[in-house]
Amino acid sequence: MTERPTITLGPLLYNWPADRWSDFYARIADEAPVDRVCLGEVVCSKRLPFFVDRMPDAVERLQRAGKEVILSSLALVTLNRERQMCADLAANGGLEVEINDLTMLAYLTCGQPFTVGPLINVYNEDTLAYLAARGATRVCLPPEVPMPAVEILAQAAASHGIVPEVWAFGRVPLAVSGRCYHARVHGLAKDNCQFVCGEDPDGLKVETLDGQGFLAINGVQTLSFTHCNLLGDLERLHAAGVTSFRLSPHSDDMVAVAGLFRRVLDGSLEGVEAFGRLAAMMPSAIFSNGFLTGACGADLVPARAGETPTH
Amino acid sequence: MGLAGSLELVCPAGTPAALRAAVDAGADSVYCGFRDETNARNFPGLNFSPEELAGGVAYAHARGARVFVAINTFPRAGAAKIWRKAVDEAAGAGADAVILADIGLIAYAAERHPRLRRHLSVQAAAANADAIRFYSQEFGVKRVVLPRVLTVAEIAAINREAPCETEVFVFGGLCVMAEGRCSLSSYATGKSPNMNGVCSPASHVHYREEDGELVSGLGEFTIDRVPGNEPAPYPTLCKGHFSAGDYRGHVFEDPVSLDAAMLIPELAKAGVTALKIEGRQRSRSYIRDVVASFRRAVNANASGLPIPAGELQRLSEGQTTTSGAYRKTWR
Repeated sequence: MTERPTITLGPLLYNWPADRWSDFYARIADEAPVDRVCLGEVVCSKRLPFFVDRMPDAVERLQRAGKEVILSSLALVTLNRERQMCADLAANGGLEVEINDLTMLAYLTCGQPFTVGPLINVYNEDTLAYLAARGATRVCLPPEVPMPAVEILAQAAASHGIVPEVWAFGRVPLAVSGRCYHARVHGLAKDNCQFVCGEDPDGLKVETLDGQGFLAINGVQTLSFTHCNLLGDLERLHAAGVTSFRLSPHSDDMVAVAGLFRRVLDGSLEGVEAFGRLAAMMPSAIFSNGFLTGACGADLVPARAGETPTH
Repeated sequence: MGLAGSLELVCPAGTPAALRAAVDAGADSVYCGFRDETNARNFPGLNFSPEELAGGVAYAHARGARVFVAINTFPRAGAAKIWRKAVDEAAGAGADAVILADIGLIAYAAERHPRLRRHLSVQAAAANADAIRFYSQEFGVKRVVLPRVLTVAEIAAINREAPCETEVFVFGGLCVMAEGRCSLSSYATGKSPNMNGVCSPASHVHYREEDGELVSGLGEFTIDRVPGNEPAPYPTLCKGHFSAGDYRGHVFEDPVSLDAAMLIPELAKAGVTALKIEGRQRSRSYIRDVVASFRRAVNANASGLPIPAGELQRLSEGQTTTSGAYRKTWR
């Protein structure tokens, strides 16, 4: 592969205060070595009003810094106002949309370019071919897709002229529900949730009764407790034809996280070394990469035989 | 069979014997799957060979019932032919419809078998009228099985706009997550509903005694602990006992199952075409009892009579039932 791999900063999945939201994207624009930034509310339509007014400034600042800006759609669309959000996104007039629910295809005109987000079920070449014919330019594969399928899908994507992307950093989105778990564990009704999800900038961890970290809840979304970290896998993924890598925003120093990924992709830092530095930056985090080659998603498989990441 | 104009009763069958029991007990339609990873109940000892399916179709058709074939996992990259063959074999066996979730496979079925009815599986999670319109227009889908995240009012609103029939679950196991969009099982075990047709598989379940408690686990995770003299629940991941912040309990869902029998009048008014019973993994006698009960309930409703209350409770998991997302308070 000679193509320079790119980095996408996925949409912020958590409920951050508007000022923090603005500051975060300002710093990403000014300092983060990422090529593409997805903006928008994916998890809960009730959160959008808190930061929607901040979006034009963020878009402008990111574009001025040379980043491509993508608008992400909602993952689970049931209410009329959520359908309207989809319609508005499709008609935004200029920015490419990332679809996170197929509802968006009812609104995008045939041939209108779009990105396929990781919450769309793209498990095989036929589905990928259909989406490519509809106008997909890039597909972020579902995080649970194992390495042999990644290899096949990366080649299929290339044959359609679209970019294959994989989820490379951050808690892994595992499920979405009609029920809000943040409201549930706080004894609140979803319609009167008091936005308690805002108390947990990286989601609220769910532990087993033995005290083992298991999952994390984020409103109606459930994520992994572990942070996916593919720094040690970038080389073989790139060799397999994956040309884009997605980092999911967390409260950690995302400029530094993106810097580590950029240096490994540029060949100026070994993946194993970068993995160790990230572990030092995030001392309380548990990393995983098991969906790729492990027995289960929560596993951490050492980057190379005989070399265990310092973790 | 049902009364004219009444709701269609769609019933599960994991074996040819269960199919016959369902038809005999009054099912309008029976759904089943092939004995492989192409369906979302890929359990040992369950499901149909193509020959068994043809026999089941003949039995059902002779008694005025229909057979649907669920091919509702997502084809594995590089292995689409397994799933395509399943569609071909369903058509060859004379099935009345295939229940599909994957876009690529629906496109294949629409092109190769245009006269075979296509139903959209709950695994496709089409949760609003726009998504339903997309599948209807793009692939000629005739019926959509609605995800279990909607209230009755939302279902009614969908039916006012939807260009095709809708089917809703009324009884059996209850997913708390939007189905087809959940990787919890593969996170803990490597096996998922979407890829393998299993959730919280028995192969990864283990029990141990500790400090007078019975601990049930899945993969490397403890899912529940109960006093040693209580029956340990099967460790279905999303029904487990966990802690989150100050909360300790069933973070996602209590170990309940769905019973929406009392909502049949409301669901009929909401414009749904068919009621679906979950449970292809269930025994023939369970199928017979549940189908017969729902047959009575649907007929009562069609005759303007009240729904007989509570008769299904003893058949439900853990003796506790819920009307799930159909009531807004569930959320």
